[in-house]
Amino acid sequence: MQVATRDAYGQALKELGEQYPEVVVLDADLSKSTKTVDFARAFPDRFFDMGIAEQNMMAVAAGLAASGKVVFASTFAIFATGRAFEQIRNSAAQAQLDVKVCATHAGITVGEDGSSHQSVEDIALMRVIPNMKVVVPADGPSTAWAVRAIYHEPGPFYLRLGRPKVPVVYDGVAGLKIGRAVKLREGRDVGILACGIMVSESLQAASMLAAMGIEATVLDVHTIKPLDRELILETARATGCLVTAEEHSIIGGLGGAVSELTASEYPVPVVRVGIRDLFGQSGQPRELMEYYRLTAQEIARAAQISMSQKG
Amino acid sequence: MREINQQVIDEIGSKARRLRREVIRMVGTAGSGHPGGALSAADMVACLYFWEMRYDPQRPDWPERDRFVLSKGHAAPLLYAVLAESGFFPQEMLGTLRRLGSPLQGHPDMRKLPGVEASTGSLGQGVGWAVGMALAARLDRRDSRVYVLLGDGELEEGMVWEAVMAASHYRLGNLVALIDNNGLQIDGPLHEVMSVEPIGDKFRAFGWETCEIDGHDIGAILRTLNEARQVKDRPFAIVARTIKGKGCSFMEGQVDWHGKAPTQEELERALLEFDSV
Repeated sequence: MQVATRDAYGQALKELGEQYPEVVVLDADLSKSTKTVDFARAFPDRFFDMGIAEQNMMAVAAGLAASGKVVFASTFAIFATGRAFEQIRNSAAQAQLDVKVCATHAGITVGEDGSSHQSVEDIALMRVIPNMKVVVPADGPSTAWAVRAIYHEPGPFYLRLGRPKVPVVYDGVAGLKIGRAVKLREGRDVGILACGIMVSESLQAASMLAAMGIEATVLDVHTIKPLDRELILETARATGCLVTAEEHSIIGGLGGAVSELTASEYPVPVVRVGIRDLFGQSGQPRELMEYYRLTAQEIARAAQISMSQKG
Repeated sequence: MREINQQVIDEIGSKARRLRREVIRMVGTAGSGHPGGALSAADMVACLYFWEMRYDPQRPDWPERDRFVLSKGHAAPLLYAVLAESGFFPQEMLGTLRRLGSPLQGHPDMRKLPGVEASTGSLGQGVGWAVGMALAARLDRRDSRVYVLLGDGELEEGMVWEAVMAASHYRLGNLVALIDNNGLQIDGPLHEVMSVEPIGDKFRAFGWETCEIDGHDIGAILRTLNEARQVKDRPFAIVARTIKGKGCSFMEGQVDWHGKAPTQEELERALLEFDSV
């Protein structure tokens, strides 16, 4: 079963709007792509298209939030976090406002539009901002959970969503918590920490490894900030070597966050699977995943490399 | 409509003088800050806080209040002076401007000081906040009006025009922008650094009801604010021609006094000038 995280977002946002009158949604002329259109059709009075003006969108979000609204502001990841970085930083994050930046079309699976529209940097950009929390759900069901969870937790959030349909990982989402990674599989040889679309790739990689007699732990690290230090360090201690996997640069994202943690608390080899400091390009989503080596095979390979680096 | 007579004008003028005095004293004591652009806007801010706006210093969160956004956040000393004068916090706190741990940050921080509606300082953002507040007021069917003070150099920031465009598109009749048109920025006069004139025409082109006035003529400011209340279906821009450093003889019209604190000697000279009026 495959569901696009942006579709789950649109649906969940509409349901949230039914329940909570103070939810207001903004978009920057991409409503049919980000799926905020679902909310917009149901609650036209509470939806404001800001047009192709992302910086103003974030400042307007701040003003609405300062007036008691809980604001969901959407556009593509590169424009939200790139173009409007400083507005998110100075207006939403520094002032600790209820502005939830929910960006879709993150990563290279944007596909044919090409590099200008493919953010490989957004997790890095958002996590380095103080007060900001960063959530990267793996599938449709956990996206729906995340939308509700970030509504209930005060303060600014970055929710990272994608364009294509992706495999469903979660049967049920009870027990999911912001800041708590999920152990999807237990194994003593290597720990694979993934987020977003790389979670299902990681589960496939774990099966491949099992066929070779290697048992992997797989964690869905849906919250990049605040990182689940406890479970990640426990996994590092239990396995002795880690792999991280993300549809993002190997610089500054999940791999960066995990490396920072282990280097200072419990040094183990960390092999980072991700986009190797490159811009994206046009292509079909699956082709691009192969091209940039965001695959189960690559994760399995990385696991073996990480194991070989164990002291 | 309340009457605008000479007595009202004199009273507000006297308040404005007090604000100017406090600004210079605050910045002198702190040893840093932005006096020039705070002084140029003192008359407008006095009109807003002592005539135009509805608010309650005992209830800074009162939902029905009008809101003032200082988009030109570096004029923070002026905001702090008027908030203290209005009773949001004790006057003594003004001496702590820019000190470590002080609620009076170098640029306004809404989380640290009651009465501050928006955390500003990065130019161009406050006007977007003001649009958001105006939208919220309409959504909630509140009569709250939103007033935003911008610098003229600030108009060089592109996102200002995104907000101006949005305010017009959404027909925000509860939004008033005041532009402190003192003609000077940090690297020199605007017409040498990056021309923004004609300012009024730009706002008109974006669909705002627009007026040009003398920003130190209190009667004109008050009459224009009254006029703005009559315009219900679009936002209102007041382009106020002002003098940077107004009220302090050696600061007036000087580029240098954008972001420099007076020395002890200069401070004493300035205070003498205020006290002799």
